[in-house]
Amino acid sequence: MALPQVKQDATDARLAGLRLPDGAGWATSAREAALARVQAMGLPGRRDEYWKWTRPDGLNAAEAATAKVFPNDEQPIFSEIDRVRLVFVDGVFDAKQSDDPKMAGVEIERLEQATRADIHWAKDVYGILEERAQDPVARPLAALNTAYASDGVMIRATRKAKCPVSLIYLHKSDNSDAMLHHCIKVEEGASLTVLENGPAAARFNKVMEVEVADGAAFHHIRAQGRDHERQAVTHTFARLGRESVFKSFTMTANGVMTRNECVVELTGDDATAHVAGAALGDGDFHHDDTVFITHNAVNCESRQVFKKVLRNGATGVFQGKILVQPEAQKTDGYQISQALLLDDDSEFYAKPELEIYADDVQCSHGSTSGAIDDDALFYLRSRGVPESQAQDLLVLAFLAEAIQEIENPAIAEDIRVRLEAWLERRRKG
Amino acid sequence: MLNIKNLHVKLEEEDKQILKGVNLEVGAGEVHAIMGPNGSGKSTLSYVLSGRDGYEVTEGAATLNGEDILDMEPEERAAAGLFLAFQYPVEIPGVGNMTFLRTALNAQRKARGEEEVSAADFLKLIREKAKSLKIDSEMLKRPVNMGFSGGEKKRNEILQMAVLEPKMCILDETDSGLDVDAMKLVSDGVNALRDAGRGFLVITHYQRLLNHIVPDVVHIMAEGRIVKTGGKELALEVEENGYADILAELEGAA
Repeated sequence: MALPQVKQDATDARLAGLRLPDGAGWATSAREAALARVQAMGLPGRRDEYWKWTRPDGLNAAEAATAKVFPNDEQPIFSEIDRVRLVFVDGVFDAKQSDDPKMAGVEIERLEQATRADIHWAKDVYGILEERAQDPVARPLAALNTAYASDGVMIRATRKAKCPVSLIYLHKSDNSDAMLHHCIKVEEGASLTVLENGPAAARFNKVMEVEVADGAAFHHIRAQGRDHERQAVTHTFARLGRESVFKSFTMTANGVMTRNECVVELTGDDATAHVAGAALGDGDFHHDDTVFITHNAVNCESRQVFKKVLRNGATGVFQGKILVQPEAQKTDGYQISQALLLDDDSEFYAKPELEIYADDVQCSHGSTSGAIDDDALFYLRSRGVPESQAQDLLVLAFLAEAIQEIENPAIAEDIRVRLEAWLERRRKG
Repeated sequence: MLNIKNLHVKLEEEDKQILKGVNLEVGAGEVHAIMGPNGSGKSTLSYVLSGRDGYEVTEGAATLNGEDILDMEPEERAAAGLFLAFQYPVEIPGVGNMTFLRTALNAQRKARGEEEVSAADFLKLIREKAKSLKIDSEMLKRPVNMGFSGGEKKRNEILQMAVLEPKMCILDETDSGLDVDAMKLVSDGVNALRDAGRGFLVITHYQRLLNHIVPDVVHIMAEGRIVKTGGKELALEVEENGYADILAELEGAA
């Protein structure tokens, strides 16, 4: 079926300026197939059901809009945590600033290096999970990434990693347009934590495909950078084996455009998937969490916990789905999305969806948007806490349920410090 | 200590006068009780004094140790030494009880130009105060008033009072929802805080509480005014005969 003309034009305009990476070995066919997917789907348009509240124009455009590098005087996040640092500058790996990527039981390679090998585990991941996630909802910007991303890391954990792998995304050029594609495989019984932080580029398109084998655990904590003008579309695709655990938490503060898609498929019995986010938006800020969790196995648990604090006209979007297939009995699904609107100018759009075909399941969901609770505010003030401080306490309390999803207390504390700093910068008077 | 003169208050949203000229003076070291039928304005008086939104003072004044409190923000009133024990303590999910109390204590101290209390000193202080109110460490760790029973909430109010050491304490129907044992605990907590430098205003429907917290002065409030003032025997009179006699007596006099 032919694409609508607007979509065809947008797609042609974008593809005209791109070239598939050369000499990519086994990845070539994956890229060509991804390109064919993009051409068939077309880039996202406002008429697409899942782009109703988020304008894709800036993410589609042939050129990235300028985003000034924001002078950040904060101590870099996660800096007190023992980790293997891998640094990307405007979407290009920088070996000089990175640690030696060596850790017992963990293989770390650049995408380019991996594609040169005749046989590589990543061949069964790269573009594979992305393609699986295209049905029933098209995610053309992810396919675009699979086709054109030339950098990224391939991480394979074969035992319990002794410390996290930390991906640091520096933004140095006002016009950078970056695509990164990471593949992660956590083998049976192994565990791995991946940290991500930084604005990455003026425009950033990221795909992270994560295969979590039977009995394996994957933890993911990220802090999306503070640059006010940056745009980002990120995709996390995960496939979970039996008794495996997948937990992902994202903190977002600032950024004119962020679209975070997370697609998780529970394919083995007794698996657990938690996806959480805390977003703080002030002014020209648009933040979209689009989550799709499919239960394909028995007795799995999934949780989606998304909280947004919005002020000065900031916009938040949540589109979250739990799909329970007929065979996925004993499913325990939970989803909550809440916005705290600090003024009348801010907006929150939510689309919670449950689609259940099994009969012995427990699924609950809730979505709210509201202001600060006046009674709680007065109670705190009546005990001597100044209004602005009382408000901050209540904002942090509102976010607490999302932050609780981070298992490592040191990392959770780091996130909390960031949130407090954000609030402090905006304290009235 | 607390001096209220000819206080007139109406609801901000509607044209309804609630307080119609309240006069009251609570001296340091004194315990005053206010009793009165439903809708007489007792709780409004406590809210207006603590600075809750939604009320408009149309006439009169209220001072604490000579300072006009009606122009102050609620947090300034607290720092000046005013404390309201809520009739319905608010549940605040996500804010730990200890964090809340320490934040409040240090905010007050900061406002008064005093040094903040360290985490270690605070822990010591709160453990000691909590023990006498039979508040366990698990309750201290929970979010403010979350999952607390009615009695636990009221005990938590008294704990806050004990930690913050205000000069003027207003207790708004602290006895409501308490069983006999809890009433005893709460009253003991209050009595432990009675001293020559501190004033109390105890608002209650029933005389029962006043057996435990024995007042120096009892006021009867009706239709937005204090209509009768007496000693502690006045509370007994109310208990026996209800408010009807007193109100009838007033109407007869008018």
